[in-house]
Amino acid sequence: MVDVGVWLRDRVSRRSILTGGLAAAGGTAIAARTALGQSNANTGHDMTAMAPAGAAPQHMNAHGAMVTVGEVDNAANGFDPALMLTDWERGTLSILPDGRTLRTFEVAAEDKTIEIAPGVFFPAWTYNGRVPGPSLRAKEGERIRVIFQNNGSHPHSMHFHGIHAARMDGIPGAGLIDPGEEFVYEFDAKPFGCHLYHCHALPLKRHIHKGMYGAFVIDPDPDRHPEHADVARSRLLGTPENAGWQELMMVMNGFDTNFDDGNEFYAANTIAHAYAKTPIRVERSRPVRIYLINVLEFDLINSFHLHGNFFDYFDQGTTLTPTLKTVDLIMQCQAQRGILEFTFAEHEAGLYMFHAHQSEFTELGWVGMFDVVEALT
Amino acid sequence: MSKVDTASLPARSRIHLLWIGLPLAVLAIAVAWILAVNPLQGFSNGAPAVEKLTFERTVIDASGLHLLVRAGGAEPMTIAQIQVDGAYWQFTQDPPGDIPRASTAWITLPFPWILGETHKVNVVTNTGVTFEHVIAVAVPTPTVTAGQLKLQGVVGIMVGVLPVAIGLLFYPALRGVGQSGMNFLLALTIGLLAFLLIDTIEESLDLIETAAAVFQGPVMVVLAGLASFLLLMAIGRRSGTPTGLALATYIALGIGLHNLGEGLAIGAAFASGSASLGTFLVLGFTLHNVTEGIGIAAPILKQRPPLWTFVGLTLLAGGPAVVGMWLGSLAYAPQWSALALAIGAGAILQVIVEVGAYLMRSNRKGLDAFFTPPVMGGLAAGVVFMYATAALVKV
Repeated sequence: MVDVGVWLRDRVSRRSILTGGLAAAGGTAIAARTALGQSNANTGHDMTAMAPAGAAPQHMNAHGAMVTVGEVDNAANGFDPALMLTDWERGTLSILPDGRTLRTFEVAAEDKTIEIAPGVFFPAWTYNGRVPGPSLRAKEGERIRVIFQNNGSHPHSMHFHGIHAARMDGIPGAGLIDPGEEFVYEFDAKPFGCHLYHCHALPLKRHIHKGMYGAFVIDPDPDRHPEHADVARSRLLGTPENAGWQELMMVMNGFDTNFDDGNEFYAANTIAHAYAKTPIRVERSRPVRIYLINVLEFDLINSFHLHGNFFDYFDQGTTLTPTLKTVDLIMQCQAQRGILEFTFAEHEAGLYMFHAHQSEFTELGWVGMFDVVEALT
Repeated sequence: MSKVDTASLPARSRIHLLWIGLPLAVLAIAVAWILAVNPLQGFSNGAPAVEKLTFERTVIDASGLHLLVRAGGAEPMTIAQIQVDGAYWQFTQDPPGDIPRASTAWITLPFPWILGETHKVNVVTNTGVTFEHVIAVAVPTPTVTAGQLKLQGVVGIMVGVLPVAIGLLFYPALRGVGQSGMNFLLALTIGLLAFLLIDTIEESLDLIETAAAVFQGPVMVVLAGLASFLLLMAIGRRSGTPTGLALATYIALGIGLHNLGEGLAIGAAFASGSASLGTFLVLGFTLHNVTEGIGIAAPILKQRPPLWTFVGLTLLAGGPAVVGMWLGSLAYAPQWSALALAIGAGAILQVIVEVGAYLMRSNRKGLDAFFTPPVMGGLAAGVVFMYATAALVKV
């Protein structure tokens, strides 16, 4: 009995030494190895080390590290936000028997997966393969004909914000067509102003949100507005007065990529941070006119704020005198739109930011910069 | 007869080995056919691949947030953009590119986090799916410095070594105890170990739930526990059922592994900012673990082990709490802590079985020994005391 006890005790002593030694050695080894791999403890809460590394371009300092990472492949998308600012779709002109001008547009709905932010792909429904759709522009009084072809996988339509007959409204039974069909919308171009069109198929949220919207601008006819003929002429695309303006088209939109009825990305003209990474160059001496349209879904309102400058606002662009003078922030709910006019003639050259003044939208991509320069060469 | 057998044996076994090649060859051909012909493409109905991202480790320091993520979907995943509190932030991914299934990547965000506040990280993949990770309380993750290690070591000693030593200090008082007193103490040990077993299993299951699916959660916990139980039973029973000092050592080992898990839990809670190490918490743990020392002393009451064995048993049972605190505060991934706890649970189960066996043998009544008043009283006392003192420390 005593022998067994002694024998057991010996074996246990060796075992306990081994176990204790292993635990101590293992703990020390692990602690030492991780000590080699980690820096000294910094109990201070100094956040000044947060600046992004590397030589960043000047405009990067404006948003610092708060930006999407990478670049969108505009060639693969088939549209470029820098070009969409000014690529007005004028259609084809012809003369009707009664002498009026007929402007014909051809628009086709098609499904297309687009890159809305670097590396993020969204299954969009588009007009003519781009989001937003073609920026249709006509002159007050013309006859407009839109040949709409549905090459998508769901029924679609074009609902114009303008004056037209019920037959041309784009709702079920009046211009809503199935895949493969075609419909011709026809109406007079009135009233003049900054308008839009969008799909009115149901469910409405999904059809609008997936990309089926676009700008629809009707320029005023100077002959019809003699008391403000010069203003009307400056708005009429093609006149020398209009050429003195720098006109930009912006559709404020957003994308819900995970179907939680909330937008994960916000933008002007679809691509998040597009105009923050590639600022819009404007000449200091020439005035700027923005045709601004809001189609944001899931959020009640959107807004536009300009840094360092104030503008005149024409609500829906249906007047030749401003509806709001000298403001630096306007709100728009869905399908509200307007014309902003401002100039940097008395400003220094430099980068002037513009963004929604809902900080959430700004931080999720709806922010841009004007690069005000002396000359655009 | 035997000569013919031995002559043909090598040749026969070689032919037998060749037959193993038959099913393996068929398997290889089947795999190659499935990969080449892809018969499942008829099933593709346009549904996008399932994506899953698990956030394993969060390290917060002066340079921002560092997240270790593991991809769990069927296809490789691509992280496209990352939001912090609803704002897109620059990030770097190491290694860059898409993350293959079950692989990890470190994401670094130079985000100016605010001390003590909540931050939500939302990872957006290339398909637009989002994965959210909430940092409940942003505190700097402890780094390994001599000061930190010493501090945590002191806490670990207070929580692990000190209570076991106090329990063992009851040894002289308990030496003169009779048979029923001995039964009571052994039953007390079983009771407290039963509480520890259930507690350890529950904590292990809790931890593994937050880990990636590839580790197969509860299955791993149960199997790891069973494996450690069987292994320790086999080792312990090599020379008959353990008694006396050997039994005390196994008890100390089982309790040590549990204390490792306790240290991991305390350290991890401290690192994630969800538990400030208040005096109340430390005192609670100290009280909670005193019975463990008594339990270790029970099997060696009738012997006269040398003094240094008590020191060894104390270190074996209490020391792992220190190691656990060191490891836990470095914010390692939860599946490793869960594994350690599962192994601890298996060790505790082995000790319960062995102490129960010792109890039955020393009473020579078989299973009836458990239904005597001292044993029932001891079981109840052990469980109730552990439960009551645990209420001091559970949040």
